Amino acid sequence: MSATSINKESLKTIMQSTSTLVSKEAFVSQGEAMTTTANKVIATKLDASKSAISKNAISKSKPSQWVVQANSFLKWLIPPVFGILMLLAVWTLISHQSPNLPGPLKTWYSAVELFSDPFYNHGPNDMGVGWNIVASLKRVALGFGLAALVGIPLGFIIGRFEFASRMAAPVISLLRPVSPLAWLPIGLLVFKAADPAAIWVIFISAIWPMIINTSVGVSKVPQDYMNVAKVLNLSEWKIVTKILFPFVLPYMMTGVRLSIGVAWLVIVAAEMLTGGVGIGFWVWDEWNNLNVEHIIIAIFVVGIVGLLLELALTQIAKRFSYD
Amino acid sequence: MEKMPKHEKVNAERYVQLENVDMTFSTKKGDFNALKNINLNIKEGEFISIIGHSGCGKSTVLNLIAGLMQPTEGLLFCAGREISGPGPERAVVFQNHSLLPWLTCFENVYLAVERVFGSSSEVKETKAQLKVRTDAALELVGLTHASDKKPNEISGGMKQRVGIARALAMEPKVLLLDEPFGALDALTRANLQDELMKIMAKSGCTAVMVTHDVDEAVLLSDRVVMMTNGPSAGIGEILEVNLARPRARLALAEDPEYNHLRSEVLRFLYERHAKKAA
Repeated sequence: MSATSINKESLKTIMQSTSTLVSKEAFVSQGEAMTTTANKVIATKLDASKSAISKNAISKSKPSQWVVQANSFLKWLIPPVFGILMLLAVWTLISHQSPNLPGPLKTWYSAVELFSDPFYNHGPNDMGVGWNIVASLKRVALGFGLAALVGIPLGFIIGRFEFASRMAAPVISLLRPVSPLAWLPIGLLVFKAADPAAIWVIFISAIWPMIINTSVGVSKVPQDYMNVAKVLNLSEWKIVTKILFPFVLPYMMTGVRLSIGVAWLVIVAAEMLTGGVGIGFWVWDEWNNLNVEHIIIAIFVVGIVGLLLELALTQIAKRFSYD
Repeated sequence: MEKMPKHEKVNAERYVQLENVDMTFSTKKGDFNALKNINLNIKEGEFISIIGHSGCGKSTVLNLIAGLMQPTEGLLFCAGREISGPGPERAVVFQNHSLLPWLTCFENVYLAVERVFGSSSEVKETKAQLKVRTDAALELVGLTHASDKKPNEISGGMKQRVGIARALAMEPKVLLLDEPFGALDALTRANLQDELMKIMAKSGCTAVMVTHDVDEAVLLSDRVVMMTNGPSAGIGEILEVNLARPRARLALAEDPEYNHLRSEVLRFLYERHAKKAA
């Protein structure tokens, strides 16, 4: 509101000064002796007053610029805030219908209480939510790290050599659509322990996007670059480090981002089945305690951690882009 | 030199030699005979242009000499050896410069220098020597100031100059240029043509250039190889350009001999071997 009033004010002053100028001009044109010098004098006067006007307008528009910035920030902020409010509204509505589901406010109080001491440790079956998140992140890091270690070089080989590509194609098409949890029994059988089995599930579900994106990247290397490599007679090592790797990096980072998303998605389900310490197990534990507030908090925690992982990797990917 | 054919010694008259070269590509629609019975001898230190309508297989000829393709029939020799694959003695300047965008201009040239003169080569020069070579190549094309810039920070003409520097830094026996200035505007092209003439005069290496620009062909070359239209394209005619060097663009514009040669090429392209409008 203040912006429009200021604009009106400055507009008024501009209007006034131009009208005085116009009247001066009219006066001059009425005058019979219009020598060129007089004309010039008036012209300079006109210029001077014009610049004065524009200066005036600028100094008046300074606070309005700040307002414009605030406006655009509000415009940027309003839709997501509306979205969140909508979510809360639907949630409240449903919680009113079904008395077992706690509403947003009740959940919020519970969350405040929960996060006031996230890192307590009362034995392996009763640890703070912080420890559970850390345990899950550790598993994801391990499973995902192993998947990257195996998947990225594999992707390079598959992309580089036609034979390897055709060899891998049926295996990948066969295994990729398998639900991650279907791998859990195999893991339990082979490793005879819950924790490695959970890591195994992360590994096997996170590996595909990295293999596929890396190999697609390698197969998309422009023929021109490969011709350069041929003409320069570069060694395979130089081809990989100087041509393939820099070119494939953006593709690889896309694969890594997809993989970490999948890994974080799968960990909750895997931990529900394997038990131990972890956010997934925690959800199951709270379900057994019928502590529904905590389950809802866990959903938010999983969402927020996933979002942060995604953001971090996007930033890293930007760093590595050569454009 | 063990691969040298018995009947042929390194002959300055036949430095690069194409003998009965045929090239057939197998496509989905069946075999496509691109080149038929190409015979060409290139002298040492000579500048040859290959000109023809698009699709006549002139780039294929260059790729064959570069070793990027193998002929279906016939043989190719360079300095008495059969060409069996790409090699640094036959450097290529690509049409779209083909610089690696993640390396600086210096690094792009260094990559080539390192391979030819570095520790994995027979010469085994030190890093300092390699750096001197790289700097010298960039200086030759007048790009010392852009040495630390990435290819997308410099203009198209400058990129192509880096491409030329990269090729020349390898000290090739033969320089192969595939429509090197095709993607540039007319003024930049003229500038680079003049520079290329100076550089070639200095280095004295043999050059084969593919082009579709008549002026460029006549201005730069000692001989212009005119190709007939494909499929089964061949060499239609070879035009000797006996203009004194150094050649000056402006003076030649009014030179009757130059204009005669130019119209010879034009006549070949547009009268005798006109391409039907697609």
